[in-house]
Amino acid sequence: MAQLNGLTARGRPRPTIEGECIVQISVTVNDTTHDSDVEPRTLLVHYVREQLGLTGTNVGCDTSSCGACTLHLNGEAVKSCTVLAVQADGQQVATIESLEVDGVMHPMQTAFMENHGLQCGYCTPGMVMASISLLNENPNPTEEQVRLGLEGNLCRCTGYHNIVKSVLACASAAAVSGSK
Amino acid sequence: MIPAAFDYKRASSAAEAIALVSEYGDDAKFLAGGHSLLPLMKLRLAQPTMLIDIGRITDLSYIRDAGSHIAIGALTRHMDVETSAMLAEHAPLLAHAASHVGDAQVRHRGTIGGSIAHADPASDLPATTLALGATYVVQGPNGTREIAAADFYLGFLESALAADEIITEIRVPKMNGAGWNFQKFNRRAQDWAIVGVAAWRRGSESGVALVNMGSTPILATSVSAAIAQGASVADAAKLASADADPQADNNASVEYRTHLAEVLVRRALDASS
Repeated sequence: MAQLNGLTARGRPRPTIEGECIVQISVTVNDTTHDSDVEPRTLLVHYVREQLGLTGTNVGCDTSSCGACTLHLNGEAVKSCTVLAVQADGQQVATIESLEVDGVMHPMQTAFMENHGLQCGYCTPGMVMASISLLNENPNPTEEQVRLGLEGNLCRCTGYHNIVKSVLACASAAAVSGSK
Repeated sequence: MIPAAFDYKRASSAAEAIALVSEYGDDAKFLAGGHSLLPLMKLRLAQPTMLIDIGRITDLSYIRDAGSHIAIGALTRHMDVETSAMLAEHAPLLAHAASHVGDAQVRHRGTIGGSIAHADPASDLPATTLALGATYVVQGPNGTREIAAADFYLGFLESALAADEIITEIRVPKMNGAGWNFQKFNRRAQDWAIVGVAAWRRGSESGVALVNMGSTPILATSVSAAIAQGASVADAAKLASADADPQADNNASVEYRTHLAEVLVRRALDASS
């Protein structure tokens, strides 16, 4: 299905590249299914940011080191700069935009706010998504387990102290509400 | 950074993947979890024109008790190796080493077969499976064959795997209660090891493999031979680099790596004894 006279399906002109192909994907992002045409080389982070307009997920290092691009693929934290959009075909994606419901923040977002778990905020979407994935796998982590569990997310402002505090606060708040 | 353009096919079975790679030839690459290949493609150090996605071949993701060994499907993710109760019982060294690969996000995507096929001497699982005397089962157009880990690694990112073969299974002998230890020395949490050591010991028997001490993962056979002859751990560890060929890079000189290997082998064997 190649070039459509040098235009993409969305009508934007694009240089012709020999061998280029377009793949149709169907991805459920934040509970909405999107049928999209993508180049196979399109990275998942660029797909959600540029094709779907969900710019909450940030690009940081672009080398799968910093974790700013962390989102959930089938409920698990992944670095979306190192996943192709075609690999998410038929899968469930959740971004930071999915967390707030009817104006109410996710408990992890509340915990970050209350514990000053962010300063400049650039790492925060990835940090929050990684933290939720961490608690899904280990609902009552020790401080060391939180620090190890977030080793894939870099923050250059906070020194991590208040981020770890936020995650532990969220875990204990969930434990309290779960025991009622 | 965006990879160079390529075409994409998704295989639903190992046989289909092999048929596709036979059709597209040398410019095709297999994509499993993508956490070794995609970074190389983004840097354009790799520019395959066809990616054959094997990541959905779900019947290659399993961990089974096969009597004397544990059989691990090649597409089993690091996170599943790390958290497997069966591996915790029968091959705890491998489960523990898997927990040191990258970070949680990487371990949610990366696969044991992908890591081994990539044959990076700085990766944790090639050396760990080498120390454990694992066998890799590979499938190609002419059927399957088994390759001992000790015969698999030929050079930097180079293995005995042919371009039209895929790894389907990793067979890890049961450790039967052997002592074990994994040492990973790095500057930052998620980095590759500057030097790493995977070791196990049961009396005079031992297996020791080195991470990032040459162009391939290194089986430290001189260390195990010394242990078998009754040498002390400290004396055996002096032979840590005897089978290695360490290179200098931004993190460490050859001398530093050589020193580190001795220290880490000693620590690993002390903890395993």
